[in-house]
Amino acid sequence: MPYQLAWFIWTLPVFAFLAITLVLRPFFNHRPHWSAYATITAIGAAFVLSIWALITVLQSPDHLLAVPRIEWAVIDGFTIHLGLLVDSLTAIMLVVVTGVSLLVQIYSQGYMHGDPGYPRYFAWMALFTANMLGLVMADSLLFMYVFWEGVGLCSYLLIGFWFHKKSAADAAKKAFLVTRLGDFGFLAGILTLYFSQNTFDIEALRTAAAAGAIAGTTLTLAAIGIFAGAAGKSAQFPLHTWLPDAMEGPTPVSSLIHAATMVAAGVFLVARMFPVFAYSETALNVVAGIGAFTAIFAASMGLVANDIKRVMAYSTISQLGYMMLALGAGGLAAYASGGSLPIEEAISLGVAVGMFHLFNHAFFKCLLFLGCGSVNHATGTFDMRYMGGLRKYMPFTTLTFVIASLSLAGIWPLSGFWSKDEILVTSWNYIPVWFYVALVTVFMTAFYCFRAVFLTFSGEYRGGEPGAHVAAHSTPGHEQSHMPHESPRVMLVPMGVLAVLSIVSGWINLSGGFSSFLGHSAESEGGWLQTLFGVFTHPLPFISLATAAAGIFLAFAMYNRKWVSATAVGRAFSPIYKVLYNKYWMDELYQGILVKSFLLNGLFRGAQEMDADVVDGVANGIGNTVVGFGKGMRRMETGQLQGYAVAIAVGLVAIMLGLYFWT
Amino acid sequence: MNLWLLAPELSLFFTAVVVLLLGLASSRRGIVIGVSLLGVLVSFVFAAFLWSGTPQATFNGMLSVDQFAVFFKFIVLAALVLVILASADYDYKVEQVRAEYFTLILISAVGLMLLSSARELITIYVSLEMSSISLYVLAGFLRDRRSSEAGLKYLLLGSVASATLLYGMSFVYGLTGKTELGQIASAIQSLSLSGLLDNPALLLGLVLVAGGFGFKISSFPFQMWVPDVYEGAPTPITGYLSVASKAAGFAAVMRIFYDAFGAPSWLGQNWGLLFAGLSIATMTVGNIVATAQANIKRMMAYSSIAQAGYIMVGLAAVSMGQSVAPAARSALAFFLASYTLTNMGAFVAIIAFSNKTNSDLIVDYSGMGRRAPLLALGLTLCLVSLLGLPPTAGLIAKVYIFNAAVQQGLLWLVIVAVLNTVVSAYYYLRVVKLMWLGNPVSEEPVPSSAALRTALFLACAGILLLGIVPDLLVRLSETAGHSLL
Repeated sequence: MPYQLAWFIWTLPVFAFLAITLVLRPFFNHRPHWSAYATITAIGAAFVLSIWALITVLQSPDHLLAVPRIEWAVIDGFTIHLGLLVDSLTAIMLVVVTGVSLLVQIYSQGYMHGDPGYPRYFAWMALFTANMLGLVMADSLLFMYVFWEGVGLCSYLLIGFWFHKKSAADAAKKAFLVTRLGDFGFLAGILTLYFSQNTFDIEALRTAAAAGAIAGTTLTLAAIGIFAGAAGKSAQFPLHTWLPDAMEGPTPVSSLIHAATMVAAGVFLVARMFPVFAYSETALNVVAGIGAFTAIFAASMGLVANDIKRVMAYSTISQLGYMMLALGAGGLAAYASGGSLPIEEAISLGVAVGMFHLFNHAFFKCLLFLGCGSVNHATGTFDMRYMGGLRKYMPFTTLTFVIASLSLAGIWPLSGFWSKDEILVTSWNYIPVWFYVALVTVFMTAFYCFRAVFLTFSGEYRGGEPGAHVAAHSTPGHEQSHMPHESPRVMLVPMGVLAVLSIVSGWINLSGGFSSFLGHSAESEGGWLQTLFGVFTHPLPFISLATAAAGIFLAFAMYNRKWVSATAVGRAFSPIYKVLYNKYWMDELYQGILVKSFLLNGLFRGAQEMDADVVDGVANGIGNTVVGFGKGMRRMETGQLQGYAVAIAVGLVAIMLGLYFWT
Repeated sequence: MNLWLLAPELSLFFTAVVVLLLGLASSRRGIVIGVSLLGVLVSFVFAAFLWSGTPQATFNGMLSVDQFAVFFKFIVLAALVLVILASADYDYKVEQVRAEYFTLILISAVGLMLLSSARELITIYVSLEMSSISLYVLAGFLRDRRSSEAGLKYLLLGSVASATLLYGMSFVYGLTGKTELGQIASAIQSLSLSGLLDNPALLLGLVLVAGGFGFKISSFPFQMWVPDVYEGAPTPITGYLSVASKAAGFAAVMRIFYDAFGAPSWLGQNWGLLFAGLSIATMTVGNIVATAQANIKRMMAYSSIAQAGYIMVGLAAVSMGQSVAPAARSALAFFLASYTLTNMGAFVAIIAFSNKTNSDLIVDYSGMGRRAPLLALGLTLCLVSLLGLPPTAGLIAKVYIFNAAVQQGLLWLVIVAVLNTVVSAYYYLRVVKLMWLGNPVSEEPVPSSAALRTALFLACAGILLLGIVPDLLVRLSETAGHSLL
């Protein structure tokens, strides 16, 4: 097949978006389902093409799909290229993004059924998918940045999908602004690289960094700038505050954008530009440190949240922290090993480990969110205090949710176990400090996700009171009065597919296939069956499994058997509980200190005064002068013909005199 | 002598005669417009054939048929299509003499197309007058006071400009004894002058010819007729004046100055400087006065003066640098093509609005986004393109022409032009803001005819296409820029 087909991967969803906004919404609004079909068809086709791309990349010797670049504009020898970079990293992302997106779109047909914004929803989902695919395929940082902002925009639009709700509108604004903060760093990083190397081309920049053409402070600054962008998108500390609020969006949106794909774009970006990081020890330490800290910090807040989606949001932040830790630890391996591991291999190690967790996480976290959506569909609330006992009413949702939770907790042999284990091993080998942090996080992760499981599915049904979150789509026929019921099949099928993936997706790296595809050849450990069980020849898996099991058991004891009263524990550790419950007062800190005291009363007031007195003064002065001047000159246009003719004559003489004296 | 080389002009002229004769029998709108458009299409096909030929001079060197000329013929034909469609809805005002109206438009286009080919002083003058006389009549076509005033003003001031041009040409002829541009160039070189002041006749000739065309391209200080005529003339004619006649005028200026006064290099530097100075004055006056306008046609008049200033940046860049760069010539061609689509599009939208509201006041555009969303969207796109924001042709055109100027060492000129662009944002975006955020005067929707909608769609599609895939036209304009005989 011709390689140009790769262009269709991201343009097909664009066509779907255009078709919906330009044709379907204006002319076929009475057939909202057509919009869903358009999006699903386009993404389905993109999925097929992604599989083709993956196979082609797998078969090519240098793991590259060479797509000829398009000359977008040639003006005077200054050429602007449009190109795609489809290597193994991209190919994996393509399959994940299109696959997950396809399942979420199918699911959305059930979840969004009857919503008045149905076509708008699918239009934006298509646009988001297009941007996300463009982001992973772009061959230059500049175009990547365009798509980067594109996914940010779609995220904004979809978080605020129910814009008539103030909380949703506020959350959308917050998400947009906080990520923008990181994006400034990203832009600064891009420009630093550009001014150093005079190119935006990703491959050229990677080569330049590896060859030492960019080095020292420039490299570190560029890497930290890029990481700032990645931290904003991936909700890393201290830019994490937007993600829990982003749960105001429709649940499938949270599932696709704020769990599986867009938030992982930050990790992808670091992996994509990893050579720039790997040659700066400082940058690697920042990445690993922020990652590990975010992992434990976010997990701790997840321990006490009552909103099931927020628990999952904290979990996402925490898992993204893991991925960052994996990248950083992998890169630091070169420095920690005292030179026995070359930097090139450390690069591929970091990328392989980080991307493997991203890959697995996409499936089980997406499934967890779809489960939340299914539960919400039945009960009309996200507040776990009003759920309980849903096992009886929604057996299939319960089953898939438990599978995903086991995978998230890292229980053998589910997918989460394999990638989390690799991260633990890497940090154990090279930066042991962060290993202990990661291990405590394993315990917390197991605890909070099974706390959610037990609160939601076991015990007795507590009424589905519309609590903190009123089900925003209170569609007719979904009265809260009767007992909860299982979701329609169109929602369950995608969940089933994801449940299978959550179990098996980790197995593809059993014989090191995934890693070697990304350029990291692990020492051969024999066939996959051997690895499946042989993993226990090492003590580490026992430690991590025992930790996770302890977490699950504690949750079981507290929320299922109630041997230990949760309220009593809360009272006993009341200061800690308060800190966690209030999310370390980070929001208040930002709102009160940063926004109110510093920005509003300090910087902005100062800026406003500066603006009002100086800038406005100058601007208004200029503006008034221009307009006044304009009014004055308008008077010169009297409509008097003689005057015009005289002006021509005078003008001619003046020009001649001008040339006479000038030359 | 090869008549095929004149086929685009001849076929268009033939169409004009047919339309006039048809008018004796029937002046049904569909027939008149259909035949006119058909003629344009035939002419376009002929022009397309000429595009692929080799550049050559014909009629003993009086006309040159190179890609540069053909490119401008395309521009004139594109403007013609838009103006014919735009008139379809407007011509109820000229019902009695509909055939004559379209005949005059076609004949003026023939003149403009010849002008873009002419490379001999007498031919240049005759082509110019051929188009001008038709346009004088068209400007005064509505028999109301304002239109008559516009027609008369245009005629009288145009005559002054013609006289100036002829006077300048006579100096050039007196100095060189030649009327063909290439021969003039060699004659000047054989005079072996070392500066413009060595022979005042050359100075007079140069300035007076520039002045005569300055009127046509609405350069300062010859621009004063523009607002009065633009306001009074029938709106489709205003649009046509602002693009086709300006584009052909620029083509002629380029050819005269580049071919006849291109060498020796100090001469090129001198007229480059002349146009650079006029450019600054033109765009500044245009932009500043535009901010104070309350009538949208007058605003567009000043806007088109300002745009002429930007185009003159390219004219200055053609010869002022160290090397004679084809990039500036290509940029000029690109800018004019993009400007033609954009300005014509804006006027089409204005016609559609004023057909309903019978007003050209900017305040009456308030809330149009709600009354006629598609028209407002089209006008917004055109204004944004005039301002030069992505994703429109206007951005590419500005970048292209400014880039060419910077390469020729005219950074200072480009800085002034960019500052001017900032000023222009005020009046372009004011209209946009009013349309989308203002309160509508009434809730009544604004209907528009199919012809107008087609014209606006064509213009907007072109603007977006060139903005997103500029390479299509960049290639063509590069060929045009390089081919100048």
